[in-house]
Amino acid sequence: MLGYTIRRCLSVVPVMFVVSIIVFLLVHLTPGNPAHIILGEDASPEAVAQLEEQLGLNDPWYIQFFDWLKQVVTGDLGTSVFSAQPVTELIFANFGPTFSLMILSLLFIMVISIPLAILIVSLRKTILDPLFTSASLLGVSIPEFWLAILLVLGLGVSIPIFPVAGYMPLAEGFGSWLYHLLLPAFVLAIVEIGIISRMLRDSMLDSVNQDYTKTARAKGVRERDVLMKHVFANALIPTTTVLSATVAGLLGGTVIIETLFTIPGIGQLLIDSIHRRDYPVIQGVVLFIAAIYVLVNLMVDLLYAFLDPRIRYDE
Amino acid sequence: MMSQKRNLIALAIFLLIALGTITANLWLPLSPVAIDAEQRLLAPSAAHWFGTDDFGRDIFARVVVAARVSLAVGVIVAIIATVVGTLIGLISGYFRKTDFILMRIVDGFLAFPALLLALALVAALGGSITNIVIALTIAFFPVMSRVVRSAVLQIKNAQYIEAAKTTGTNNFVIIFRYVLPNVLSPIIVQSTFIFAKAILAEAALSFLGVGVNPSTPTWGNMLQESQIYITIAPWFSIFPGVAIVITVLSLNILGDGLRDAFDPHSIQKKKKKRRPKQTAPAA
Amino acid sequence: MLEVKDLHVHLETPAGLVKAVDGVSFRLEAGQTIGIVGESGSGKSVLAHSLTMLNPEPPATYPKGEILFQGENILTMDKRRLRSMRGKEIAMIFQDPMSSLNPVFKIGKQLMEAIQTHQKLSKKEAQQKAIELLTDVGIPDPERRMQSYPHQFSGGMRQRVLIAIALAARPKLLIADEPTTALDVTIQAQIIELLKSIQQKYGTAIIMITHDLGVVANLADRILVMYAGKIVESASTADIFYKTAMPYTWSLLRSIPRLDAGASERLLHIEGQPPNLIDPPQGCNFHPRCPFARDACLQEDPPLGERGSGHLAACILSQTEFEKEKKGVLLS
Repeated sequence: MLGYTIRRCLSVVPVMFVVSIIVFLLVHLTPGNPAHIILGEDASPEAVAQLEEQLGLNDPWYIQFFDWLKQVVTGDLGTSVFSAQPVTELIFANFGPTFSLMILSLLFIMVISIPLAILIVSLRKTILDPLFTSASLLGVSIPEFWLAILLVLGLGVSIPIFPVAGYMPLAEGFGSWLYHLLLPAFVLAIVEIGIISRMLRDSMLDSVNQDYTKTARAKGVRERDVLMKHVFANALIPTTTVLSATVAGLLGGTVIIETLFTIPGIGQLLIDSIHRRDYPVIQGVVLFIAAIYVLVNLMVDLLYAFLDPRIRYDE
Repeated sequence: MMSQKRNLIALAIFLLIALGTITANLWLPLSPVAIDAEQRLLAPSAAHWFGTDDFGRDIFARVVVAARVSLAVGVIVAIIATVVGTLIGLISGYFRKTDFILMRIVDGFLAFPALLLALALVAALGGSITNIVIALTIAFFPVMSRVVRSAVLQIKNAQYIEAAKTTGTNNFVIIFRYVLPNVLSPIIVQSTFIFAKAILAEAALSFLGVGVNPSTPTWGNMLQESQIYITIAPWFSIFPGVAIVITVLSLNILGDGLRDAFDPHSIQKKKKKRRPKQTAPAA
Repeated sequence: MLEVKDLHVHLETPAGLVKAVDGVSFRLEAGQTIGIVGESGSGKSVLAHSLTMLNPEPPATYPKGEILFQGENILTMDKRRLRSMRGKEIAMIFQDPMSSLNPVFKIGKQLMEAIQTHQKLSKKEAQQKAIELLTDVGIPDPERRMQSYPHQFSGGMRQRVLIAIALAARPKLLIADEPTTALDVTIQAQIIELLKSIQQKYGTAIIMITHDLGVVANLADRILVMYAGKIVESASTADIFYKTAMPYTWSLLRSIPRLDAGASERLLHIEGQPPNLIDPPQGCNFHPRCPFARDACLQEDPPLGERGSGHLAACILSQTEFEKEKKGVLLS
């Protein structure tokens, strides 16, 4: 396990290196002169030259890359062309809402998916099961932004129970923080609930007629405990592998949800920066999200190894 | 048996949508582009089945025509991502020496949530249909590479491949004659899911305003336009969304059905691999 | 103690109705050991699982018959009572020790679950009991081994753990469904010795399911031979071996290598496949594979008939006719 942990942690290094190349190249893919695009066509040549200098566009690309990488490693993601603020500052200023949204969504996912999967498996001989599999397929086929629009229409505007826009920091009070986030977090969670509960159901069904459940039943263990203890513990392991995909889905979805519900998170920041062609911020946000995702992947892998005794006691 | 019927229905619906949009010019009673200021935001009626939009255009006609762009983007992304991903997966799985470097690159791409990578790429490249196809292909090929690679690793030591090797058969002949046909089923399943995901992603990009030119009717563009009329003209938002759901759902059902058809024990297999890449449909 | 009366168990498969157990009756007294022998597909495993209703339902149904355990009918028992019987009165061990333990729980936890399901014991007491049980089944260093996971055990050791789990509540009856099939030959013998010693120590009745007559030869008091869902011969172990009265049993015996076999006795294998239970043959189920089949066998399905005290066989041939036929085959 220790060996595996070290190897797995080290594998983050080459991945992050490739990630930084990709992020760096984002700017260099841009057709035309980024300085021109940022400043507009009628900018003065001096301004363009100055920005080019600031962006380091006059050096060969590999020099630019290593200069940029050097800065990034020291935590300097550059400054925003639009607001002249350091990108790191912008990201940290906008990360709170995104983080809140994701945590609440993850909570929704766990609280709904796990009991749902157990319920479906315990009623697997009824019509509920085929209904559930169809519903879970439907769940992954719905564009979340569309669902959000409909929910805003249904829950937010027609019946104004939940606010449809805005964000309250946790510092302003837990109640209003939660109140503003419930609807967006739920919308963000729906698709992932479909995926996770389906995966959990599949693995549980796979495990439900394994020999060890027969042993448990032969011991006289209650069917409910067979499902909740034996079957569930085994099904949880393969399900953790989709957890990182879930986080990816949430990170992607948060861009849409924040835009729709006007939540000032990093998704919103990214979209705004794209519209403003504020490349340092785009690069910074994308790199930041990728880094989070890589870390989540690492943690999920380690969790998987920890949960499965066959791997944990491998050495 | 029941699922068999479900798969056939899904296939029929998908083909109907595809044929319907391809032949739209031949049968659409109303123009998708004719503007009529008198007829703005009309509710669904016998004349306008899905109502009209903010320019008085027939929403039904627009939904039908919009399918062209969405399906075209989806199918082209699915094909290119499949070809690129499969090639990388085959090479990486078959030649151990290339594996490390290729997989690190693939891992690098996988380190971005797909939608986010596509978003950033479109932001850099600019929002044309070609650039969206490029961006989505880059976003979706890595998963395919992973799937193909692990399938190749599973069969690589099979006897028929060992036998071909010992007779001195050229590696590329082995890859295309013996390896590829045996990893085809996960490729087909995965490409169906990529098709579905690409349609969703294209809609999301258009909705975020970085996608296909807003004047082109696509489902995502229609939803973007309809947003502000949500309370006074809900049908404007509902129908394009339903079109997306039906199309993507039929693809997901097909993918699911194909996976079951190819491999009745797909669930068990998932469990055995150390860290299998997800093959479930995902948004 | 246990009386099975005219038991029918059906499996509803997509291909059709399988009569996996088709009118089986037998008795088992306390402390007795019986062996149920048959090929795979003979219904012996379904029969074993029926005794505590552990067949997955669907596909299994129990359309007819009774399973009386100490006078109570298991088939009509309510769920709670049935659960309290499982493990406590009737315990079971299964064929594949590699998959019969839950891979994600420690051995100790799984054993203690069996102990605590039926006995109100503190954790400490249960632990103590678990250690005793593991010692009983011959697991060295039980205290430490409780902390191990199943994958850290060999197949034979896992089967010992499963036997310990089965014995946790001192059941009156232990059903062993092919407990040695998945194990190496030397380990097989050890497990059989263990079962024997358990029987002597606790007086547990044992039903041993196997496809291998050799396995039950020196363990069982009585042997039931099953074929196509029916019992075709039932006798004391000695009678099965030395006064064989049914051609199928005889074929089974001829298919195992024996050290005491004369040079004239060739090793035979049974031709053909067990019958398709969705559409069984007319007449006697065994006739398509029977070396002594005659025209009457195509029409008549002979019931179990008396062949001596406590010796039943289902064959159209009388014992003398059968002896004559056997000689004929041996001479040819």
